[in-house]
Amino acid sequence: MADTPPLAAGATAQSTRRRMRSRDLKAMPGFKAAGWACIFALYLPLVVLVIFSFNDNRSVVKWTEFSLRWYEAAMENEGIRNAAWMSVKVALVATVFSTIAATMAALATTRTAAFRGQGLAYGIINQPLMIPEIVTAISTLSLFSLVKQLTGITGVGYLMAAHTAFCIPFAYMPIRARLEDMTLTLEQAGADLYATPWQTFRHITLPLLMPGILAGAMLAFVVSLDDVIITLMVAGPGETTLPIYILGALRRGITPEINAVSTILVGVSVLLVLVLFLVQGKMKK
Amino acid sequence: MKTQLKAVTAATALALAGGAALAEGELNIYNWGNYTNPELIEKFEQEYDVTVNLDSYDSNETMLAKVQAGNTGYDVVVPGDYMVKVMIGEGLLAEVKPNEMENFGNVDPKWVDVWWDEGRNYSIPYQWGTTAFTVDTAVYDGDINTLALMFDPPEVLQGRINMLNDMNDVINAGLRYLGYGRCNGNEDEMREVLELLLEAKQHWRTMDYSTIEKLTSGDVDLSQNWNGAAMRARAQRPTLQYAYPKEGFTGWMDNVAVLADAPNMENAKLFINFMMAPENAAMTSNFARYANGITGSEEFMDEEMLSAPEIVMPEDAPAPDFVQPCPQEVVDLYNKVWTRLKQ
Amino acid sequence: MTDTSLTLAEQESRRRRRQTRRALLAPALIIILAISIMPLGITALYSFLTPGTYGGVIWEFTPDAYVQFLFERDIFDGTLQFNDSYLTIYMRSIGLAFGATIGALLIGFPTAYFIATKPREQRNFWLFLITLPFWTNLLIRTYAMLLILRDEGLINLSLMGVGVIERPLSILYTDTAVFIGLIYTYLPFMVLPLYASLEKLDFRLVEAGYDLYANRFRVLRHIIAPIAKPGIIAGCILVFIPGLGAYITPALLGGGKKLMIGNMIAIQFGSSRNWPFGSAAALILMALVVIALLIYARSVSKGARAHG
Repeated sequence: MADTPPLAAGATAQSTRRRMRSRDLKAMPGFKAAGWACIFALYLPLVVLVIFSFNDNRSVVKWTEFSLRWYEAAMENEGIRNAAWMSVKVALVATVFSTIAATMAALATTRTAAFRGQGLAYGIINQPLMIPEIVTAISTLSLFSLVKQLTGITGVGYLMAAHTAFCIPFAYMPIRARLEDMTLTLEQAGADLYATPWQTFRHITLPLLMPGILAGAMLAFVVSLDDVIITLMVAGPGETTLPIYILGALRRGITPEINAVSTILVGVSVLLVLVLFLVQGKMKK
Repeated sequence: MKTQLKAVTAATALALAGGAALAEGELNIYNWGNYTNPELIEKFEQEYDVTVNLDSYDSNETMLAKVQAGNTGYDVVVPGDYMVKVMIGEGLLAEVKPNEMENFGNVDPKWVDVWWDEGRNYSIPYQWGTTAFTVDTAVYDGDINTLALMFDPPEVLQGRINMLNDMNDVINAGLRYLGYGRCNGNEDEMREVLELLLEAKQHWRTMDYSTIEKLTSGDVDLSQNWNGAAMRARAQRPTLQYAYPKEGFTGWMDNVAVLADAPNMENAKLFINFMMAPENAAMTSNFARYANGITGSEEFMDEEMLSAPEIVMPEDAPAPDFVQPCPQEVVDLYNKVWTRLKQ
Repeated sequence: MTDTSLTLAEQESRRRRRQTRRALLAPALIIILAISIMPLGITALYSFLTPGTYGGVIWEFTPDAYVQFLFERDIFDGTLQFNDSYLTIYMRSIGLAFGATIGALLIGFPTAYFIATKPREQRNFWLFLITLPFWTNLLIRTYAMLLILRDEGLINLSLMGVGVIERPLSILYTDTAVFIGLIYTYLPFMVLPLYASLEKLDFRLVEAGYDLYANRFRVLRHIIAPIAKPGIIAGCILVFIPGLGAYITPALLGGGKKLMIGNMIAIQFGSSRNWPFGSAAALILMALVVIALLIYARSVSKGARAHG
């Protein structure tokens, strides 16, 4: 992340006067307010959710008084713990594989001149988006059970593969958006300096592409973490994820236990990311 | 970036390894969500030295779709009454002969010769209950034991009603209100049902499964409901009362059964027998809040369960109506009515 | 230019480029072909079969599922009559998804711009901040929305507290609630691709624009928007298409009294036991999406040619 794209480096090298102006340049009326308002709106439900994890009552819609009992319950509930852990595992694996595949595919569909079948490739990559989940879920179920019959292989791999597939378009779109219209000049310059294609990729394309990859990976992670229907159909014994657990509990009433688990999940990820940022900051110094 | 990558790779490796490790002596149970007492599972694991995997589904149909596709890896499922009949017909359940097992004597004779499994060759009772509705008696103080409250509501309840988002539950209630038979293939009668539902719908606020939240948050004052959920809701809103409508109401029973392709057949049979022991059936009831159909379980059940008006039906209430699976033409007709209702 | 006019070296480098491209595309295509397109083939097959008695299919070919989408057989004389139930459901879902896309774009664009103009070392942190709320479960999040939108919810209480309104607005269980819920649910799908393309904006261009006496709106329209275009397109696709199939949000916030495409199709695989019709309805939906994308792609390439 430390690499600074050369274009921006050029901009920061401007004179002080210009830098003063450039701050002003970036401002669009109302955009800052809109940005903050958006963040506020995004966090409002999260705050409500966290508050209700401390509700003494077994309701997620009616507040009575403060209590930690649902954290205790969540800690003791093996089912919910396993489900949360399974969700994270599947999401991590799906994110890694789908982001790698999506990055490669995005490079292939944008960094070269138009080729025959480009539209088709684009269509195929986005196909998982275009059909309601329940249909993909049912037909994937039929296919996987056939494969299980033929090969005798079982396990969580099927679930991870299914997640990887539907995460690819979500990872692909931001990466492709980043790559489109990105000039080839730098890469060509690298090639002219006798850099191997890999070196060019590693030192020029990848750093330029990083914001796109990061955005794609984050979307893939979120999409995998929230998936209900495909998981419901594809998951085998012992592969219940958190959304499946919650869906199952819906008819019998959701308790703040789920809020507690969600809060723990968010808390842990915030901690991890903060540590990561601190470590990165230290490394820079 | 590198540290990030390493962490992710490690997590990947861990996850893949975790999926491959499978111990001997397992039992894979597939049950409705939040419906199995974890203490009961622990007890079974200790008694028989078996590792239990417990997963959940949200509807009979989800479970059926997975089982029909085959190779689910599950041993024990908990289908509802009509689903037991469907699954036996499709050859999906193993004939484990619970009626010859040691604990079978505990099964209440009333639940032995049931239409979905005559003589209990495939399944045993798990929990049973009724589907009617709950009203806040502080809001409406008249006679609550009539379906008219849902289909021709008094003014105080108009716009304060939640119905289950379930085709069969809503249409069956409509059929009962009009006095027509269940699994109704008569087009004229079904057209009347549609008109009734369309008329009533304007007084409904929502159609949703999460009845407890709807009632306790005060969004509605009447909700179509299952008796166990009604009991849960009453704990938070004491003026709620569960109705036993004179036009009739649905009864249902979930049953423990073993899949024909169960990988751990012997453990599954042990579990079936285990579930017929009164103290174990009571553990389930204390957790799930429904009656269980095993005699002798009462002495192990929570005090409040034994006197709850949602569980103990009044003498004068009509007998619950256990609805058979309907033929495809009827389901198609129901589907048409449902789509028109919600278009 | 024809191949014969190329030198051998050029041909060789073309071949190599083609190979690289194939290798790069392979993983994504193989995964999707195996895990998504093959099942799609199964779906297409199902849509021409007869429904099984208890779900599943029977191997008798019939186009009934597609006929059923637009017509229903009259009960008395068996003639086909036009039936608008499913079309109504499709129009409602398309309308809501479209509205949510526009809403998400209007909110997402300033937000993405806001993040893209933050100092470089802070941007990833802001991205993380945007996605964090979505690491919690959708159902739980929607319950939280329910509390916010209720008659006695946060919005109404604060509006009444400030004195803007006297009586609570009824938002919950209306289309407005669904609309707000959909925008909320899909906002990151808009913001992240937008950010990915806006982040490469070179502010020297903006400066040049101002130097040429353009006002802010013209700069936004003629300099920033073209650069953001790939992100806008990606974001709109990622919001609109999943929005079409959404059903947890509409069901919970809208009160569940009206069907959306998503749950109309889902019940075909559930209590309605009509897999072929569910499959056909899904394929019709996909066909509509593909046609819309093709029309869009054509208009873009025409536009490009006109400019070129």
